[in-house]
Amino acid sequence: MRFMLLFSRQGKLRLQKWYTATAERDKKKMVRELMQVVLARKPKMSSFLEWRDLKIVYKRYASLYFCCAVEEQDNELITLEVIHRFVELLDKYFGSVCELDIIFNFEKAYFILDEFLIGGEIQDTSKKSVLKAIEQADLLQEEDESPRSVLEEMGLA
Amino acid sequence: MPAPIRLRELIRTIRTARTQAEEREMIQKECAAIRSSFREEDNTYRCRNVAKLLYMHMLGYPAHFGQLECLKLIASQKFTDKRIGYLGAMLLLDERQDVHLLMTNCIKNDLNHSTQYVQGLALCTLGCMGSSEMCRDLAGEVEKLLKTSNSYLRKKAALCAVHVIRKVPELMEMFLPATKNLLSEKNHGVLHTSVVLLTEMCERSPDMLLHFRKLVPQLVRILKNLIMSGYSPEHDVSGISDPFLQVRILRLLRILGRSDDDSSEAMNDILAQVATNTETSKNVGNAILYETVLTIMDIKSESGLRVLAINILGRFLLNNDKNIRYVALTSLLKTVQTDHNAVQRHRSTIVDCLKDLDVSIKRRAMELSFALVNGNNIRGMMKELLYFLDSCDPEFKADCASGVFLAAEKYAPSKRWHIDTIMRVLTTAGSYVRDDSVPNLIQLITNSVEMHAYTVQRLYKALLDDISQQPLVQVSSWCIGEYGDLLVSGQCEEEEPIQVTEDEVLDVLEGLLVSNLSAPVTRGYSLTAIMKLSTRFSSVNRIKKVVSIYGSSIDVELQQRAVEYNALFKKYDHMRPALLERMPIMEKTASNGPTEIVQTNGETEASMPDTKHLPLVTQPANQANDLLDLLGGNDVVPVIQTTLPTKPASAGGELLDLLGDLSLSGDPAPAPSVPISQPPFLLDGLSSQPLFNDTSAAIPPMTAYSKNGLKIELTFERTNPNPNIAVITIHATNTTEADMTEFVFQAAVPKTFQLQLLSPSSNIVPALNQGSVTQVIRVLNPQKQQLRMRVKLTYTHKGSPVQDLAEVNNFPPQSWQ
Repeated sequence: MRFMLLFSRQGKLRLQKWYTATAERDKKKMVRELMQVVLARKPKMSSFLEWRDLKIVYKRYASLYFCCAVEEQDNELITLEVIHRFVELLDKYFGSVCELDIIFNFEKAYFILDEFLIGGEIQDTSKKSVLKAIEQADLLQEEDESPRSVLEEMGLA
Repeated sequence: MPAPIRLRELIRTIRTARTQAEEREMIQKECAAIRSSFREEDNTYRCRNVAKLLYMHMLGYPAHFGQLECLKLIASQKFTDKRIGYLGAMLLLDERQDVHLLMTNCIKNDLNHSTQYVQGLALCTLGCMGSSEMCRDLAGEVEKLLKTSNSYLRKKAALCAVHVIRKVPELMEMFLPATKNLLSEKNHGVLHTSVVLLTEMCERSPDMLLHFRKLVPQLVRILKNLIMSGYSPEHDVSGISDPFLQVRILRLLRILGRSDDDSSEAMNDILAQVATNTETSKNVGNAILYETVLTIMDIKSESGLRVLAINILGRFLLNNDKNIRYVALTSLLKTVQTDHNAVQRHRSTIVDCLKDLDVSIKRRAMELSFALVNGNNIRGMMKELLYFLDSCDPEFKADCASGVFLAAEKYAPSKRWHIDTIMRVLTTAGSYVRDDSVPNLIQLITNSVEMHAYTVQRLYKALLDDISQQPLVQVSSWCIGEYGDLLVSGQCEEEEPIQVTEDEVLDVLEGLLVSNLSAPVTRGYSLTAIMKLSTRFSSVNRIKKVVSIYGSSIDVELQQRAVEYNALFKKYDHMRPALLERMPIMEKTASNGPTEIVQTNGETEASMPDTKHLPLVTQPANQANDLLDLLGGNDVVPVIQTTLPTKPASAGGELLDLLGDLSLSGDPAPAPSVPISQPPFLLDGLSSQPLFNDTSAAIPPMTAYSKNGLKIELTFERTNPNPNIAVITIHATNTTEADMTEFVFQAAVPKTFQLQLLSPSSNIVPALNQGSVTQVIRVLNPQKQQLRMRVKLTYTHKGSPVQDLAEVNNFPPQSWQ
């Protein structure tokens, strides 16, 4: 996988993960163009398209488009499953995930993605395993914070 | 200074902005606050600030001033800091800037951290955006972690290694020992990432590929277990056990089995099993089937398995899910050349896909349809394709029209059908046909002598209906100019002749001249057509008047023509009939090179019309192909030899059909009525070419090849009229005691050149220099580039076939400058 984008129907970017070194300017241009192309697609069309020299696999979940650019030799159908797995992970973590969850907790969405994929490839095919690792990392994060701010967080101080 | 606002609060605030300007203002304010906070080196809130910066970066605002802060976070001891720091590094740091190298040390430390989640962060970051320098520095650490027993780290290390190898391929070797027992792992995460790592290594290095071939049985076993094992909740997806792993294993098997019979055989059974047992009701099962099909088609599988694979694709085509249809068409397109007959069986389904709503599916269906057209199905297929041309989107029309012309040219069952088809394309998609189709069509029409009356009549009728489509109008005006006499005399045999007078015809042509719809080029065609009719019609005065009017046209092109035609009427009237007489049948020139689809449509055996007459011709076609392969295909143009001297001249046309797939370079196919002018056969080794005026004295001859007793000398001439053409004669002599029989000389030149090989004097090079074989080569060098040539020589010597390749580079400058 070259990159993955999440964006809304209004063309607002919610997440971008690049697995190849690309200049900032080029990234912006590609994101803008690709969003336009994907948003113009009609519901009856297939989830695959060719754009520049890449294969694009995209799927819409509620108000969010999940869009991946894969290599020539990658299997498009299994990429759809990868996207679905990521959505399932988000769903389990946030509990019936919606776009707002991803907006307000974008860094967590990234953490989940980074526990699921490295360099565009799946690290672990077990949902349970990925979620457990995130859970443990979150715990570590909580232990880090001093008790004072935890209480503050709970509105008790 | 008050505590910086929290991330969530910032997000909430920014979302309340009603305009872009308002948002920008908020962002700028916050950025200023963050900047000053950074300046104060505040450790407590650095994490929060960077997180906010990352949010603003996602909205599209610049965040580079946070780069160093990310590095500080990474260096912090707190896990929260590291988490955000590494995320920031992945989002903000760019390997193009040296600043990223500052990460290296931190990552190194974190790779050895006591907490596996910290190690995980480091591995992830390195594996996603590590630059080559970082990879070089840290590869050793990754390799260590690849050998750990901690599966959480091992799987990440494997993917990190993949990235390292992608960035610095030379480091691949160092990971080899660690791969030893990767596949004996039970943990699916490690298994999956290991297969990915092995795949990467095998794809990059043939040695690795050889080394890992022995893993095939183990991979087959793992795959088998996945399929046969019962329900495993942890890895189940819609009833299938770990489809992701299955797909990756299938892909690795593909790479290992490619071009290796033993490996391919070892996987035959499991592939058949997966192909037949996988549940196809959901996308996930079809994803596995798809990968299986790709593997079957790529390895050396037995034919039964291949047919199974194509049938799976055929079933895919009938699937309701358009994604499945899409991948099926893509795969079929790849296999249509090699498994043509099997794909033909699904032709009707493919043709149905032309009516699909999805643009990509339609395009693939169209390409595949053209690939499947052959002499047997041409009528039916063309009907469908013409219907498609009628109704498809404009973006397809040009390609479809070209495809129709090409197919019609190759497989037209009759001349009339051919012309009707062309007419149909011109009338339905006339404005989308490519510019070069007009001359091609004109040439085709002139060649169909018996159809002239029919053609001009149909074209005339088409003009009456619609004069907006320029290619159609151009072809029509040309034909009317040429065959107008047939039109008014009502001679048509093929259909009911129409009654039309000379004045009516001239009305139409003059109408084109004045119409707003006519392009300048079209007007030119029309004026010339009117002029030509002056020798075919009797109403010369009217034509004279039209021509003289346009002598003062604003359009320079028209004006020039009109003035010249006027002069023809006034001063050179005696020459007029000769100048405007019927055109001779045109020679077929080279077909369109790059846009032409090289198709054989499964008929390489069947399409030889007369194998008895042309036994030797099949060979040059294949040999020319081989030459092309040897030369890497892309940078030289193959030259097809003309017929050997024993062949009858009239077979020239068929020769052209046979080799019509390959791009010919200026090889004229004589129509039966036009004699071929060949240079006289010279058996005495003299070099002069009576065709040309220039003497060869100026350019020194050279020896192009001298090996095993065969010597090839080249002599040169430059023709007078065209300074871009050089004429080279090869003289082949043989110093051995045995004749060299079946001698064939082939040559290829770089793309900017065009080459024409004329017939050799004979194909026997007599022994002991008793004679020589000569052959003329004409080289067109419009760009005046340095001449280079690769030659292939084949002959039989003392009973055994000999073949050799040589490169000729040291051409004298006068031969190409």
